[in-house]
Amino acid sequence: MTSPPFASPYIPNTDADRAAMLRAVGAASVDDLFGDIPAEHRDPALDLPPPLSEMELRAEIERMAATNLHGGDRPSFLGAGVYRRFIPAVVPPIVTRGEFLTSYTPYQPEVSQGTLQGSFEFQTMTAQLFGMEAANAGMYDGATSLAEAALMACRVTRRYRVAVAHTVNPRYVETARTYAAPQGVEIVDVAASAPALDDDIACLIVQYPNFFGCVEDLHAQREAARAVGALFVVSADPVACGLFKSPGAYGADIVTGEGQALGVPPSFGGPFVGLFACKQDYLRQTPGRIVGKTTDTRGREGYVLTMQPREQHIRRERATSNICTSTALIALWATVWTACMGKQGLRRLAELCHQKAHYAASRVAELPGYSLPIEGEFFQEFVVSCPRPPVEVNARLEANGVIGGLDVSDRYRNGMLLCVTETATRGDIDRLVELLAEAA
Amino acid sequence: MLLQDADARADAHDPRRLLMERSVAGRTAVTLPASDVPAQPLPDAALLRDDLELPEVTEGEVVRYFTRLSQLNFSVDTNFYPLGSCTMKYNPKLNEAMAALPGFANLHPGQPESQAQGALELMHGLQAYLCEITGMSAAGLTPLAGAHGELTGILMIKACLESRGEGARRKILIPDTAHGTNPASAAMGGFDVVSVPSDANGNIDLEAVRREADETLAGVMFTQPTTLGLFDVNAAEMCRIAHEAGGLVYADGANMNALLGRVKLGALGFDVVHLNLHKTFTTPHGGGGPGAGPVCANDTLAPFLPAPVVERRGDAYALADPPQTIGRVGGWQGNFGVLARAYTYIRLMGAEGLRAAADNAVLNANYLRARLRDLFVLEPDRGVMHEVVFSARKRRGARAIDVSKRLLDYGFHAPTMYFPLVVAEALMIEPTETESKETLDAFVEAMERIDAEAAQDEHFLHGAPYHTPVSRLDEAAAARRPELRWRPAAST
Repeated sequence: MTSPPFASPYIPNTDADRAAMLRAVGAASVDDLFGDIPAEHRDPALDLPPPLSEMELRAEIERMAATNLHGGDRPSFLGAGVYRRFIPAVVPPIVTRGEFLTSYTPYQPEVSQGTLQGSFEFQTMTAQLFGMEAANAGMYDGATSLAEAALMACRVTRRYRVAVAHTVNPRYVETARTYAAPQGVEIVDVAASAPALDDDIACLIVQYPNFFGCVEDLHAQREAARAVGALFVVSADPVACGLFKSPGAYGADIVTGEGQALGVPPSFGGPFVGLFACKQDYLRQTPGRIVGKTTDTRGREGYVLTMQPREQHIRRERATSNICTSTALIALWATVWTACMGKQGLRRLAELCHQKAHYAASRVAELPGYSLPIEGEFFQEFVVSCPRPPVEVNARLEANGVIGGLDVSDRYRNGMLLCVTETATRGDIDRLVELLAEAA
Repeated sequence: MLLQDADARADAHDPRRLLMERSVAGRTAVTLPASDVPAQPLPDAALLRDDLELPEVTEGEVVRYFTRLSQLNFSVDTNFYPLGSCTMKYNPKLNEAMAALPGFANLHPGQPESQAQGALELMHGLQAYLCEITGMSAAGLTPLAGAHGELTGILMIKACLESRGEGARRKILIPDTAHGTNPASAAMGGFDVVSVPSDANGNIDLEAVRREADETLAGVMFTQPTTLGLFDVNAAEMCRIAHEAGGLVYADGANMNALLGRVKLGALGFDVVHLNLHKTFTTPHGGGGPGAGPVCANDTLAPFLPAPVVERRGDAYALADPPQTIGRVGGWQGNFGVLARAYTYIRLMGAEGLRAAADNAVLNANYLRARLRDLFVLEPDRGVMHEVVFSARKRRGARAIDVSKRLLDYGFHAPTMYFPLVVAEALMIEPTETESKETLDAFVEAMERIDAEAAQDEHFLHGAPYHTPVSRLDEAAAARRPELRWRPAAST
């Protein structure tokens, strides 16, 4: 049997349509429409795999997906900025509604109120979680959000050195370096607890809880920044802010974060959404989209993109950033998830993380050869010093169907950063402890 | 419609009531398990908060609220959405299903490569396909959006110049038709922007390029096809001039949909190009993201790609840092979920299908150009690629915004308006290949009726739209008194 000619399910024009349209255009063939392309470069060979039917393609991609080990079907204790979360069944079908999924940036607000009001809800929740006056409609991810905060602090203070506490996610610091270098901004590593800052520092950046899981009182850090007239910038976990004092309560000037923690699937690193909040005074220097409330010609409430003179399409090379996206769909995902959790639910979920993580830590600390090198309060992550290199311990875990923690042996001797969220059962934790004992 | 009733806001189901305004203490939308571990000491109370207000609503209320909100949107799934330069084509549902597979959605980006071989295989395949489509030698998938890809490309040019000891070159040329992100990205990269005019035919003015092509030239940022919807016939010569002067050339691939299988940007002389997977490769726009903006580079710039890229080592795939990488541009290895959708699309279409996409996109744009040309002004008057830009200035009373707003009443999303800046009263229309001739004809008919309405009473259009959930909104008031979040009644 010969196969029929390829017909895409996404292209409606038939040969008859094309003939009629070409007549209207006054062209003899579709080829004629490409006459501006230099002949020597026109119509090159395109070497791609032959098209697959939906059935064949689904099988091929399902094969790839099935080769991955993942936290969906086995215990996982890996966090380090991306967290396994309980996602209520109600969230995906709402967010993937075509009206949300397949619309674009709300350039025509009259027919985009769904997206705009969703962003307004997101701004509200981000501001409340972080205890801040205002928030934008979303950034790419937690790392780029922090990088943009560093650049914003430089614009506000007209200083060009940025101090970063030693306990900030190293991936975030690397991203900030990439963003900062071309603008002549220097990134300086400083001690986490009570850093001594030079008086030309634009901002002090800390992480809360810090990369190694600790929840610290941030007063000393804020005062260190204040003392030299620097802004105080906090990269915070929004779920920890469901239980612990908000960065705003500590006097933060800018707060950023990774929105993935708010029930967004890990998805091998994205798409996520960056959280970005600040004091009202600094709004005109913020990057990104901002949605504001207004009224229409008949006095009805509605929402629009606002404060646009900061942005690239108006200000071009003098914009606060080149960013266009607000990652609106993932922002909506985080908003719907947070709305489902609500005031009580988020607190309970955060308490579950805290309880389970502390249980796990106390069990692991009792194991011969294991110890907890860091003292003090923590939320859902903690560092364990293992009796052997973490890579060996993790191999043992993997062989037994458990995903282990992040290797932080560059910072702590045989250090492994373990994460225990609400998704881990006591059985999962006990199994981890058992396997760690065997790996000793 | 409910919203037309001024008192409707008192209605419990009015979608304008915000979540916090619906909140009633004691309601919840989730069930959570009791703790199954022995009680642990509570944190020090001084570290805790008790000031967090979040909505208290039931699951049913969440569903109804957001469903009603969604119904206030136009979208590709519900309306023709010819928003120029945004390539609002149909987004296949198969893409969604593949990205949501548990083996992808639950995969933690920090897992060892040995546990993520399937995801890395997909990324490696996509790198190869994008290189083949653009005629480049290496690809990096980490940029998280189109503008992020622009910044990445610009940083690669900067790193390359610095590696040659030519870091003092600071000038980037950008055509006056360019999207605003181009100059913004160049500025973020620490460059000085010089705007270059277009000639009478809409191509880049080569004389202007020659004048600027000196020892301070770092490079050119160039959109091909241009935002006028034209294939710039001067592109190859412009690349030659820039290279001769020691500069590098970045191609903004935002409009790649027109070129699939018809020409490779690498062959025209570009050094680096970014692609918008959410435009050309059918991943949904999501109301303003997420997108993905992978970059593809030739041999000159490939060593500078952002970290990490996917390499094949024997039978296994691994993440690797290119030798002279600009470093990390985001937290992880790109918007994998978006990459998986684009991969799915390319494998379903194959080379033949991708070329058919470009062919029909260009045919549809030229069809609208032919059908609408008597209603508007066309300049320059040339055959177009994926989109057509008209000027609405033919009829004095009705401006581009009036035509756009009235289109909403007819159930069509408006074209991009007032862009590119070089066209007065611009209406930029991009139909894409996924729209049928019937839809295009209905759109033309709506335009004809709007033209007739304008002829009869030009003031009528100033009041449009009349049938949307809200009418024209007061943007000036929003900017003057920013109200950017819900606040408790006491603090307002």
